[in-house]
Amino acid sequence: MAAENRPVSPHLQIYRFMWTMALSILHRITGVFLTIGTIFLVYWLVSVAAGPTAYATAQELIASWPGRLLLFGWTLAFWYHFCNGLRHLFWDAGQGLDLGAARLSGYLAVAAAVLLTLLTWYAAYATHGGVL
Amino acid sequence: MSLRTPLKRAKGLGAAGDGVHHWLIQRLTAVALIPLFIWFIVSLVSMTGADYATVSQWMANPLVTILLVLFIGTLFYHSELGLQVVIEDYVSSKGSRLTFLVLSRFVHFFLAAAGIIAVLRVAFGA
Repeated sequence: MAAENRPVSPHLQIYRFMWTMALSILHRITGVFLTIGTIFLVYWLVSVAAGPTAYATAQELIASWPGRLLLFGWTLAFWYHFCNGLRHLFWDAGQGLDLGAARLSGYLAVAAAVLLTLLTWYAAYATHGGVL
Repeated sequence: MSLRTPLKRAKGLGAAGDGVHHWLIQRLTAVALIPLFIWFIVSLVSMTGADYATVSQWMANPLVTILLVLFIGTLFYHSELGLQVVIEDYVSSKGSRLTFLVLSRFVHFFLAAAGIIAVLRVAFGA
């Protein structure tokens, strides 16, 4: 087979679907999604440097419903990537690698990500009396 | 037949060495981002809907400036390493893989520079 046509990892077609594998690919998907989010983070930082008018425009964009939806998505993606990243760090230290522990920590990571996302948004709304 | 020893050949070939550095820095930036991200999110949440004066004063606080610069640098370093692996895994054609890898690196450096300079401009009152 020519070097150009060799299959690249991972070969999704040949594996039976598993919960832990869904969480594994979700780590990458959220990572890429968060990388896109950094563009908006930099836009927000630059808007502060550009002055009050640019900052007001940025705040308006964030407060709009597509803005909030994206921000909510990034919050959830961040907390998932954060919690699952902790799982990875434990694995790298040789901890929690057996199947039962890996499954359990997977459930915990998802539950923690959802809870932390809701907590973040609750705190944000509470800070500003319900208006972003 | 080559007169070079197997060790000599192995030393100049293969992935050994560089991959470990990539792996290590990815973890190191991940660990550094744990406190930095918690700090950043708590800060943002506590400034929800804040006006320009509040945010620019916050950014100009020396400790905040330092943490923000570290945060942006570490964030883009981590993001670049992660995206690099994703590109290497999923883009099979050699030509477009190289293009994406170079493009990703350029965009990451551009965004990191823009973010850091924005913070410094506010900090130094430009």
